[in-house]
Amino acid sequence: MKLIYYPGCTLKNQARNFDVSTVSSMAELDVEVEELARWNCCGTVHALASDDVMHRMAPVTNLIRVKEANASEFMTSCAMCYNTLKRANIDVKKRADALETINQFLYLEETKYAGDVDVLHLLEYLRDRVGFDKLAEKVKKPLTGLRVACYYGCLLVRPKEVAFDDAENPVVMENLISALGGTPVPFPQKTECCGAHHTVGNPEIVAERTDKIMGSAHEQAADLVVVSCPLCAFNLDFRQDDARRLNPDFHHLPVLYFTQLMALAFGCDDASLRFDLHHIDPLPALAARGLA
Amino acid sequence: MNTTLCISSIRPGSPFVALIEKISGQNLLACYQCGKCSAGCPMAPHMDVLPNQIIRLAQLGMKEKLLTTRSIWVCVSCMTCNSRCPKDIRIAEVFEALREMVLRDGSRDDRLDVRELSPEARGALPPIAMISAMRKLTS
Repeated sequence: MKLIYYPGCTLKNQARNFDVSTVSSMAELDVEVEELARWNCCGTVHALASDDVMHRMAPVTNLIRVKEANASEFMTSCAMCYNTLKRANIDVKKRADALETINQFLYLEETKYAGDVDVLHLLEYLRDRVGFDKLAEKVKKPLTGLRVACYYGCLLVRPKEVAFDDAENPVVMENLISALGGTPVPFPQKTECCGAHHTVGNPEIVAERTDKIMGSAHEQAADLVVVSCPLCAFNLDFRQDDARRLNPDFHHLPVLYFTQLMALAFGCDDASLRFDLHHIDPLPALAARGLA
Repeated sequence: MNTTLCISSIRPGSPFVALIEKISGQNLLACYQCGKCSAGCPMAPHMDVLPNQIIRLAQLGMKEKLLTTRSIWVCVSCMTCNSRCPKDIRIAEVFEALREMVLRDGSRDDRLDVRELSPEARGALPPIAMISAMRKLTS
């Protein structure tokens, strides 16, 4: 059976490396992935105001598309899309009046949404459906000696109704890295916020966060940091020059998507990795461990 | 010398307080000021009023003070406060309610003007950054 895949806007733009590495590594795991037809923006941030029904339209439209693909669940690898889609889904399942309003507004849709689709994150799928033991069997190029700091940020672990791991000390990514043959390092800053959208109007706030978070990874002698969110990736990677200006002792470290390390360990080609899209080039760090 | 203590702006139970509670869906009086939200807030160093103080001001209905804080625009809804609150108050939802009150009042008092960004910045920023910033900071 095919697994419906929702990429999201940024995976088709700046984070194409996340998209191609997701698709390639799933193929290596013998999971047939099909991109959701006619998907639209997830809404990006969950509408926290209880009376804001309008901003639940975009996520619900995607859930309708999943039903139209004859599926009852789908997977996304973007942490932000996962969080927004899952929270909107939980919300409309709990509030029949809001769902009724949304269905009425979307009257041109042939399919009505009835709260009958499940949202999965790729990490959750790998852990619970594929299994890290089975995943380890597919490794052709183990990440031996590679020290990896796993960064979760906010959206995979908060709020608790969307979290698929512990809010304060999640381990799912560390277990994935171990299955790939790598060495996850302790990382006290792994669930600290990166500064999110302040990267647009107040990049100095993000530079301060980047300095603190990446500095913690460097203290643990990490070779690189892995993430699941394209906004975290942008902030922690592209704002490193600003962090260096803030703190002359700042040490540059590459930031990769967890799917890129999977694709690397599964022996996928360069087109599935797209290391050319990074600000801090990951190749020297990987080459130092004999992986590039 | 006469000293006057003015407490006229303190209006617990006012329509303003009721509106914060309605939009946020939170019971403000559940807060007992333990300060855990402020202790864990990654944005606290950039705030003029700390999250626990925002809740206290909201309990007291101090509208003008609340709606003019820098803090409500600094909060990024990372949910650390919500996740750690021993009283299960969703502090981030209260911040959202306060932002919404400013953005919904018709004055188009947006906190981000995309036209001011350089074309280079606009070209480099991913959609996820632009859309989330506009969703949080513009009406």
